Amino acid sequence: MSGEIRPHRGGTAPPGSGKMRLRGLIRKEFLQIVRDPSSIAIAFLMPLVLLLLFGYGVSLDSEHIPLALVVEQPSADTASFTAAFHKSRYFRPSLFLDTRAAEEAMMAGRVNAVVVLRQDFARRLRQPDGAPIQLILNGVDANTAQIISGYVQGAWGKWLEQTALERGQSLRTPVRMEQRIWFNSELRSRNFLVPGLVAVIMTLIGALLTAMVMAREWERGTMEALLVTPLAMGEVILGKLIPYFILGMGGLALSVTMAIWLFDVPLRGSLWVLLAASALFLLTALGMGLLISTLTKSQFVAGQVAIIATFLPAFILSGFIFDINSMPGIVQTITHMVAARYYVAILQTLFLAGNEWSVILPNALALALLAVIFLGLTRKKARKRLE
Amino acid sequence: MTPADRETAPSSPPGLEGDTALWVAGVSKTFRAGHRRVPALQNVSFRVRQGTVTGLIGPDGAGKTTLMRLAAGLMAPDSGTITILGKDATAQSMAVQSSIGYMPQRFGLYEDLTVQENLDLYADLQGVPEPARPARYRDLIHMAGLAPFTARLAGQLSGGMKQKLGLACALVRQPPLLLLDEPTVGVDPLSRRELWSIVYRLVREQGTGVLLSTAYLDEAERCDEVVLLHDGQFLEQGAPAALREPMRGRTYAVTAADVPTRSLQAVLAQAPGVLDALVQGDHIRLVMENDAPPDLGALLPGVKGAELAAVAPRFEDGFVALLKRRAGGETARRPVTAAAPRPAEPGRPVIEVNDLQRRFGSFYAVKGVTFAVSRGEVFGLLGANGAGKSTTFRMLCGLLPASGGNLRVAGVDLRYAAAAARARIGYMSQKFSLYANLSVAENLRFFSGAYGLSGTRGAGRMDWALEEFALAPMAESVSGDLSLGHKQQLALACALMHEPDILFLDEPTSGVDPLARRKFWSRINGLAETGVTVMVTTHFMEEAEYCDRLAIMAAGEILTMGTPAEVKGKARSSALPEPTMEDAFVGLIQTHARQGAAA
Amino acid sequence: MWKRIFALMIKEFLALLKDKPSRFVLIGPPLIQLMVFGYAATFDLKHASYAVLNEDPGFVSRDLAAAFRGSPSFTQVAQLTHEGEIAPLIDRKAALMVVRIGPRFSADLLSGHPAPVQIIVDGRNSNTALLTVNYARAIVDRFNRDWAAAHGGNRFPAHVETRAWFNPNLESRWFFVPGIVGLLTLVVTMLVTALSVAREREQGTFDQLLVTPLRPAEILIGKALPGFLIGVAEATLIVLVAVFWFDVPLLGSLLTLYTGILLFLVSAVGVGLMISSLAVTQQQGLLGAFFFLVPAIILSGFATPIANMPPLVQDITLLNPMRYFLAVLRGVFLEGTPFRLLIHQFWPMAVIGVVALAIAGWLFRHRMY
Repeated sequence: MSGEIRPHRGGTAPPGSGKMRLRGLIRKEFLQIVRDPSSIAIAFLMPLVLLLLFGYGVSLDSEHIPLALVVEQPSADTASFTAAFHKSRYFRPSLFLDTRAAEEAMMAGRVNAVVVLRQDFARRLRQPDGAPIQLILNGVDANTAQIISGYVQGAWGKWLEQTALERGQSLRTPVRMEQRIWFNSELRSRNFLVPGLVAVIMTLIGALLTAMVMAREWERGTMEALLVTPLAMGEVILGKLIPYFILGMGGLALSVTMAIWLFDVPLRGSLWVLLAASALFLLTALGMGLLISTLTKSQFVAGQVAIIATFLPAFILSGFIFDINSMPGIVQTITHMVAARYYVAILQTLFLAGNEWSVILPNALALALLAVIFLGLTRKKARKRLE
Repeated sequence: MTPADRETAPSSPPGLEGDTALWVAGVSKTFRAGHRRVPALQNVSFRVRQGTVTGLIGPDGAGKTTLMRLAAGLMAPDSGTITILGKDATAQSMAVQSSIGYMPQRFGLYEDLTVQENLDLYADLQGVPEPARPARYRDLIHMAGLAPFTARLAGQLSGGMKQKLGLACALVRQPPLLLLDEPTVGVDPLSRRELWSIVYRLVREQGTGVLLSTAYLDEAERCDEVVLLHDGQFLEQGAPAALREPMRGRTYAVTAADVPTRSLQAVLAQAPGVLDALVQGDHIRLVMENDAPPDLGALLPGVKGAELAAVAPRFEDGFVALLKRRAGGETARRPVTAAAPRPAEPGRPVIEVNDLQRRFGSFYAVKGVTFAVSRGEVFGLLGANGAGKSTTFRMLCGLLPASGGNLRVAGVDLRYAAAAARARIGYMSQKFSLYANLSVAENLRFFSGAYGLSGTRGAGRMDWALEEFALAPMAESVSGDLSLGHKQQLALACALMHEPDILFLDEPTSGVDPLARRKFWSRINGLAETGVTVMVTTHFMEEAEYCDRLAIMAAGEILTMGTPAEVKGKARSSALPEPTMEDAFVGLIQTHARQGAAA
Repeated sequence: MWKRIFALMIKEFLALLKDKPSRFVLIGPPLIQLMVFGYAATFDLKHASYAVLNEDPGFVSRDLAAAFRGSPSFTQVAQLTHEGEIAPLIDRKAALMVVRIGPRFSADLLSGHPAPVQIIVDGRNSNTALLTVNYARAIVDRFNRDWAAAHGGNRFPAHVETRAWFNPNLESRWFFVPGIVGLLTLVVTMLVTALSVAREREQGTFDQLLVTPLRPAEILIGKALPGFLIGVAEATLIVLVAVFWFDVPLLGSLLTLYTGILLFLVSAVGVGLMISSLAVTQQQGLLGAFFFLVPAIILSGFATPIANMPPLVQDITLLNPMRYFLAVLRGVFLEGTPFRLLIHQFWPMAVIGVVALAIAGWLFRHRMY
């Protein structure tokens, strides 16, 4: 169409009020939701199941790490050192007498790290250079290896203090590092992963809910009948947006409730701010679904786009699990297009830090901007025309 | 179209009479399919007057739906204007949509809403004030005969009731103009008749203007006026009689006691001066090119005992004449059949069905169906959508297990038979299912491979298919872009690649134009003559005439069975000395409903 | 029989690759995602922002601050002057860490008392916080060693020497890029197979197929092979990019790698076809693919270790072919694991594949609709 005439604006005012038409549409949508359980399942069952599964399943907290302790010549000193590992909840140590057997265990994947105390451990302890403690890590999972290394360092530090204490002296470290970890002092990864999961799951649900219902109207031929009534296109979009927004908020409330009560994530910010931010995010997610289904109209393409454009980006580029600040500059720029990134930032801050407006406001603004872009594009591209 | 162009277009048609409800002036519309531009409508002009029913007649792909959507403001024409009740359908689409009633194909109903909820929705959308609603609902529900079902979900209504509910929704605000897009497709004849009587009541009582599209040529005669469309081009507008009457004196029934009707038809169709020859049960309906009385001796040399009787012309005769005139000298060539007649297998019928049942949950899609088809017979299953035809078909082809009863095709149940047994059947499904993004040649090659035709035989059959079905010029075109007629040819070619001796055809002529339908049936007749057993479903009443025998199905049951003449004979009465197949069908359904009520 | 299968296979390839958009969907997004995700999926701490609050007038504290500045893991974003500035900085995420050096730092250190230095870390992302603490501790430890070496005494009786096998620099990209091979191969295979039957059912061509002499097993093979071959091509492409673009070492044998790829594809194609033959419409096929993909990826050990999951969830992952494939990929790429050690990863994929394919073949004729 080359004529830039907006035909639906023209002509005389349609009979009846927009309010009556919108009310009719919304009532219809709710009746359909009640009759066809699939959208209720998507809105409520899906977050329930996924959050249960992932909330428990996705964790970066390594505990009971299988570890090989090689003690080539047992003595009182080695016993006090190994005791430090046996006491730690992070490790599940098994004792080996020679290094080769321990290395084989690591090759076969039975242990993730090997700690070696050589034959001369006890002797070199009393020498000025000190005794070496060898730590061999399986570096494949670099992150877990880093974490293990940290834990081993911690165990070693504790053992140093204890031995010093036993000898009646205090450990004389030149600089002693004291760490204060704010917001999540126990470093429970669930505290930041569960709010992120809520964002990922709601991205999926928002896209699925709207992409599905629009495709359904086209497929069953009812869209054509709707378009020939005096409905304005904005009313059609609102008529879809409002019911699924309400439904989506229900699912979201369920997820947030589960996060707080089931996964014990502390909510330090205000519930109202959380709800407001969630509403904003839901608008963006629904807007994206509406846009996809408006642009493609073919459910096949809509589905492919939804898979490619929603789940994986929300999973990898939202900061839900991979810290955006660690990504290269170009990739960081790309993440700005992912709505979930803003919501993840707001959620993690609201849950763990509190009403921190300097984080919430810019992200909320970005969400609002995206919502306006998505819905605006939908409004612009959706025509009362079948072309 | 630029705004400037629009300004130069006349804002008000000159010399337009006051009673014009819809005025289509020089409308063209082109669609893009990939890189190609497909013209859907070319310079179409006509008028619909207030208080009349205008039928938009043409086969699928003629441009009927495009025209309906243009009129409803759902599309903008590339050129030309459409004026509805004095308003431009494109520039003032909102105003136009506020004043028309429109029923799209498949009725535009929400199947998971009840009858009442559907009405409420459309009343809200059309802005019917609350106080006016109870009275309006009462009228509409009474009119549509839906009073007992207001709380039922629309999806659980029969096809006929859905159609009437769709109409009620379109009428919720008493529109001065009603657009109905193929309202009668796949609906049983009784419901079709009821729809027509509702439409006429509206026209008479309220002076509504109605534009109704249909691919059923027999419905044309019920319109006040018809507009004929073909391949996107306007052919003619006028009263149905204007097309029918010139054919008076050129239509005859031919019978010949010694010659099978199919052979008779084949000869007559080739004879000089013959416009059209159709199998009509036990006789041939002959349409001549001019008024001169035909000479049977010249038409059927060597045939004795042939009789000729004049019959009344039909609308279809006029339409076919028109199409043939446009098509030029090309005559429907008698297709050469590839296979030589096969030796007869005496004894058992080829298809045997005994007390066949199919249940979905508590609903019986097919109950107690029994029939037998012998070799070389064309057997038809006739019925509305949802009557159980396709379910029966799918069970015969082994696609669906039967819940009860037994069936044999070529002596075996295909569901459990060895794969080789399936090589004996050919199957052409509804909607001519082909791989739409594969080319014609690729489709043929695939099916010849799927039937294990190799090397020279495979190549030979490919050549045969391209030649026989005249598909060679489009061998490399993507099959999804073909016209419906060509799709049908291709689908039949695919089903015949392996020279099956049993052929299953599910709605094989749905939506194709009358000429393509004639070509199709003459090919089927040729196959039947060589001993191929043909089983066909259709919801076109007139197609039943091509069958040797047929069964009429409704609600999963066979209502009657026999030759076309026998079936029609059952409806003969003093009031109806020459009943059509449709009369017979309606009579059967009414009798059945009465029995059901009594039981 | 092979002739019929071959005809079906050619048809499937044509249907998948004939038009440009569908070819693009198979090549474009996976490559783009490989590039973006290859760089995005990392747990390495680089240029983490930090600030210093140095209340100590002495010169030693400046040495410590310099030690932080010299680390490639950290980038200083602010120099604070009083305590009140710390909280706002961390709250608004301007800095991930604040290093606070007290007023008596130099004095304590020089007089032989332990000199405290405080590290305040934003714990909102616990993993990043943990890494930050580890890195900071490493810097402080090195500082201590240097100090001890320069000023004598105060040596530790023992120290930890760390070596990492397979990935000496502990680059997490080496861990994630092989994972992305699995991720994208799975997504593409699902897109190709999950709709192949559903689309034919919706368009009515599946009936046409079922009435030909093709047996369900033949249809199954004809439908599985194209997805399988496309999967092999796709996996090969991604492996090449991983090795030559991302410089991930490929230590193991190609035979072992391709055994894993082939078996994984058998299971992925099997699950895809099973979903596809369960679905009546393409919409259902897509939803089904979605519901398989999401948990298959999240619970595969791709980003978070399976060992960290509760036992019940760990048991559920036994049904996930991705989990075995990731173990094979990482083993072959980084550890050079020999074939025999991976047999326990191979057979479950084969079993999942065969069972899923069998169900799919059975459903061809038995799915009611």
